[in-house]
Amino acid sequence: MNSTPGTSKAAAAIDKARSEGRTALIGYLPAGYPSVQESIDAGIALAKNGADLIEIGIPYSDPVMDGPVIQEATNKALRNGFAVADVFKVVEGITSATNTAVLVMTYWNPVVRMGVDEFSRRLAEAGGAGLITPDLIPDEAAEWMEASDRYGLDRVFLVAPSSSPKRMAATVQASRGFVYAVSVMGITGARTTVGEAARAVVDAAHAAGAERVCVGLGVSRSEHVREIAAYAEGVIVGTALVSALTDGGPAAVGQLMADLSTGSARKEP
Amino acid sequence: MADSAHDDQAAATEAFLTGTDSLKHASGPYFGEYGGRWMPESLIAALDELEETFDNARNDPSFRAEIAELNKNYSGRPSLLTEASRFAEHAGGVRVFLKREDLNHTGSHKINNVLGQALLARRMGKTRIIAETGAGQHGVASATACALLGLECVVYMGAEDCRRQALNVARMELLGATVVPVATGSQTLKDAINEALRDWVANVENTHYLLGTAAGAHPFPAMVRYFHEVIGDEARQQILEQAGCLPDAVCACIGGGSNAIGIFHGFLDDRDVALYGFEAGGDGVDTGRHAATITLGRPGVLHGARSYLMQDDDGQTIESHSISAGLDYPGVGPEHAFLADSGRVAYEPITDAEAMEAFRLLCRTEGIIPAIESAHALAGAIKVGQRMAAESSRPEERLIVVNLSGRGDKDVATAAEWFQLLDSTSVEAEIGKDGEQL
Repeated sequence: MNSTPGTSKAAAAIDKARSEGRTALIGYLPAGYPSVQESIDAGIALAKNGADLIEIGIPYSDPVMDGPVIQEATNKALRNGFAVADVFKVVEGITSATNTAVLVMTYWNPVVRMGVDEFSRRLAEAGGAGLITPDLIPDEAAEWMEASDRYGLDRVFLVAPSSSPKRMAATVQASRGFVYAVSVMGITGARTTVGEAARAVVDAAHAAGAERVCVGLGVSRSEHVREIAAYAEGVIVGTALVSALTDGGPAAVGQLMADLSTGSARKEP
Repeated sequence: MADSAHDDQAAATEAFLTGTDSLKHASGPYFGEYGGRWMPESLIAALDELEETFDNARNDPSFRAEIAELNKNYSGRPSLLTEASRFAEHAGGVRVFLKREDLNHTGSHKINNVLGQALLARRMGKTRIIAETGAGQHGVASATACALLGLECVVYMGAEDCRRQALNVARMELLGATVVPVATGSQTLKDAINEALRDWVANVENTHYLLGTAAGAHPFPAMVRYFHEVIGDEARQQILEQAGCLPDAVCACIGGGSNAIGIFHGFLDDRDVALYGFEAGGDGVDTGRHAATITLGRPGVLHGARSYLMQDDDGQTIESHSISAGLDYPGVGPEHAFLADSGRVAYEPITDAEAMEAFRLLCRTEGIIPAIESAHALAGAIKVGQRMAAESSRPEERLIVVNLSGRGDKDVATAAEWFQLLDSTSVEAEIGKDGEQL
């Protein structure tokens, strides 16, 4: 994996958690939901309650990797007038109030529309750590590889249970910060158990040379975190936090994150 | 990898434009700067498997024989090429020939693609088919192919479309398919595609996504075109037999662009044959209510491919509008984007009003009720014919082939409403409100 210490904010955050004997906790929330200011407040609540890294999603008209909870939240953000440039305000708002690194999760077309270089420049200016790109594979990422190098941004690509060894190797090689291991063949949404495939994907990514692998999709409870902490460097929670925000605002988000963090200790650091 | 593929395509384009090479059989993944695979990693393995299965099949004589047999004895191919002399009087007096895809089993060109892909699904050992549909034509065709081959079929359809197209929902269910109403997003065709993709990610092990148009991630654009190439191959041979020469122009309607790419392909390397694609202009391209993706869209990525796209300044997809549900899609196949940029094909918008006038004209002059989609191609042919006539002293020596991609039985309620043929108290008038279709 392409990460020299000091240049990757996400890697630094994960390494810090590791040095404290924990798996890194990564919390996802959509920008602009229910409003730009409330999404900043909710992000700050994540940071103050144990999140090592924050993932902020850009609401998009065609979110093919998202389940109903995140679809509903992002649609509402769009109806409330969210504009893509608002994501920079959210990133800046969280990073200026906390020491927690913020990655942006985005489907690719909004970045294409703004221009890959301009988007990258503005993200870096806002203090963002980099991008998680659910519908961009390294094969199509030439422009993003250049821009992320130019602005010192992390590029988190996804690997899946279906990834061939060859693709796994190429994706690990292209990633910086960490590799996002999809725990299950499916879309975002809380599940009662974490898929058995998760560990196999993480093992395969490690075998392909990944130093930092984080598991996402279906993770919603502290016992999931505890389970994944045994084999991965990080855990990503999304849908459960979005539901908490819907039901109880930033305070509920902070409470859930605090509860999740009780599961992050690694027995074998 | 991406760079060298782009370079290869750029070289091929250059070679064609300088007259040394062919534009036919472009294999993807890129068509100029368009196409590719803008898809979640979870689906890449399935796309690789499909690509490999398709490549093997197209080189396998037994697969080609199987397709040819189904085309002939199930779909009813070759479809006719019918000269439309009375209609042609309204097109500047040029000669107009109709490629009669409306006469295929299920009533449109869609059957060509669904049979091909369903056979590939069987080759891959997949037992379940999912498909998206707007008005229901592709859903009906998919349900048909699945019934024929004994495959499970699930069709995603916008909730609003399900209500408007209750009879097409019933047709699919009669054929054994399950229709799933999609209530997310804008509840239209693009959301039905999103929902089908979400299903595919979760069930890719036993499921093939039977995409209905020449769009999406590689290998779909090249593969769907391959199954529709029969339209252009037949039309070229038929016009040579019936008229003794190639046409001056070929006209087709464009939504995603599958019927158009099928007929264009036969003529791509005939440089003297002008090719025209007619997009849905809706209320007019200056009204914002249209589906003229190439005319007014900008390059972007949606549903797996880079192509022209109706999008706002933030890259959010804009909802399209057309009286024709089959053209009501905010994207377009990547090979069309390439052909537009290269100048080989001219793309123009046709408004709802122009399409409906051509619809009525064909009914009354030829006794053929066209699909409203196909009526866009007919309206375009009228314009092209009149332009030709203005530049020619002998318009009767000029020839236009129009792809009549489907029949209009499904559109009778819309047309009756448009032309105010319904008693205002009738059930049909109630259903036909707002451009809805039976």
